Amino acid sequence: MREIHVDQIAETVARLVQEANFKLEDDVKAALSRARSLEEAPVGEAILLQLVENYTIAETEWVPMCQDTGAALVFLEIGQDVHLVGGSLTEAVNAGVAKGYTEGYLRMSMLNDPIKRVNTRNNTPAFIYTEIVPGDKLKIKVDCKGGGSENMSQLKMLPPSAGWEGAKKFIIETVANAGPNACPPLIVGVGIGGNFDKCALLAKKSLLRPVGSPNPDPEWAAREQELLEEINKLGVGPMGLGGTVTALAVHIEVMGCHITALPVAVNIECHSHRHKEAVL
Amino acid sequence: MAKIHVTTPLTPEQISQIRAGDEVIISGVIYTARDAAHKRMVEDLAAGKPLPFDPQGAVIYYVGPTPPKPGQVIGSAGPTSAYRMDKYTPELLSQGVKAVIGKGYRNEAVKAALREHGALYLVTTGGAGALMAKRIEAAEVIAYEDLGAEAVRRLVVKDFPTVCIHDPQGGDLYTEGQSKWAKPDAMVKPGQAGAH
Repeated sequence: MREIHVDQIAETVARLVQEANFKLEDDVKAALSRARSLEEAPVGEAILLQLVENYTIAETEWVPMCQDTGAALVFLEIGQDVHLVGGSLTEAVNAGVAKGYTEGYLRMSMLNDPIKRVNTRNNTPAFIYTEIVPGDKLKIKVDCKGGGSENMSQLKMLPPSAGWEGAKKFIIETVANAGPNACPPLIVGVGIGGNFDKCALLAKKSLLRPVGSPNPDPEWAAREQELLEEINKLGVGPMGLGGTVTALAVHIEVMGCHITALPVAVNIECHSHRHKEAVL
Repeated sequence: MAKIHVTTPLTPEQISQIRAGDEVIISGVIYTARDAAHKRMVEDLAAGKPLPFDPQGAVIYYVGPTPPKPGQVIGSAGPTSAYRMDKYTPELLSQGVKAVIGKGYRNEAVKAALREHGALYLVTTGGAGALMAKRIEAAEVIAYEDLGAEAVRRLVVKDFPTVCIHDPQGGDLYTEGQSKWAKPDAMVKPGQAGAH
């Protein structure tokens, strides 16, 4: 049994939320670079160039690339041979988020209650996702997710008769409705199967894959490509001003489901996909 | 698609030159307001109180910036989604506001109010907050300080780059721009989406 002190988790989370906001990861930069080579609309190309200028300023001056520095999504893959000591895991993660956002001059975007709407002034609560995995390591993945793209996400419990064609239609309509609101070119996270909540989680977790990495099942990888082509036919383009690159990638995650069900969730991510990870 | 430089407050003469698709480069004073500030401004108007700034020819930027680091005028300051202000925008246009800056689709009521009041809907590049901050020379909170990032700020901008989406003549760059690039067999046609 390996012991990990929760303070170490707090420190790591504090560091990761800042790095995520200041320095875009290489997978996203590569996806934007591919987009620049594929975009045919001059206005679309100009916007993609602005995004490159923007992330260069952010990493040079160590400032946030976007003013919406996000809700802090913290994914913990906890080895089953790890013993966490020194206090509450949830409190440690929230303390890390509060420290990272405060000391990094990041925006406090979280409220205490969805109707009372009072800002907590330290960007907590974090959204914490835990998973127990084999081993004695603790992997921490952080995604600082903006509200604009999250708001354009959708979930639908389709009837099984809808099949792949029905799922495809729902996914494409969701992306079309998101349009410029979600800051395209987008990363489209899709969950298919599971139940109501597992399906949403599949879509969310698909966004953690390196941008453009295919589903390991060739049949689903082909469906990801099919969706990407259909989405890029929409003409939405960078920031919705018209163009040939509306999405950078489509990621699908799949799970078995009940005989009555065909759940489909679409979790939209903007071009400023701010993710980092560390292993303790 | 022309490139037009304007200085605030906007006049009907300045606005008459601008069409959907034009680049509109703004210098002068603009005011920030987003969800919570809009709600309060409209409630204040209903209670007979004045707006926190002179609305005549005013430009509102939908932004909640990050806090400035020591030595910075303002933190990152890109646009937020405009549809969330749809409920409040017609009332503010009726008070004399002549342009609003955000990103994303607007509803039919806002488009009608832009036509009625001779006003513009402009956008900047979402997610380019570090770049936008470079065009802001001064920033000062002038109302609703308790709202933090959502407080109303008076910004002085220089050559602030925007693009006109909707003009008072009913021009619509989103539909026009997307129609140029949509493939004939696209599953959703431009103009059919985005009715929030």
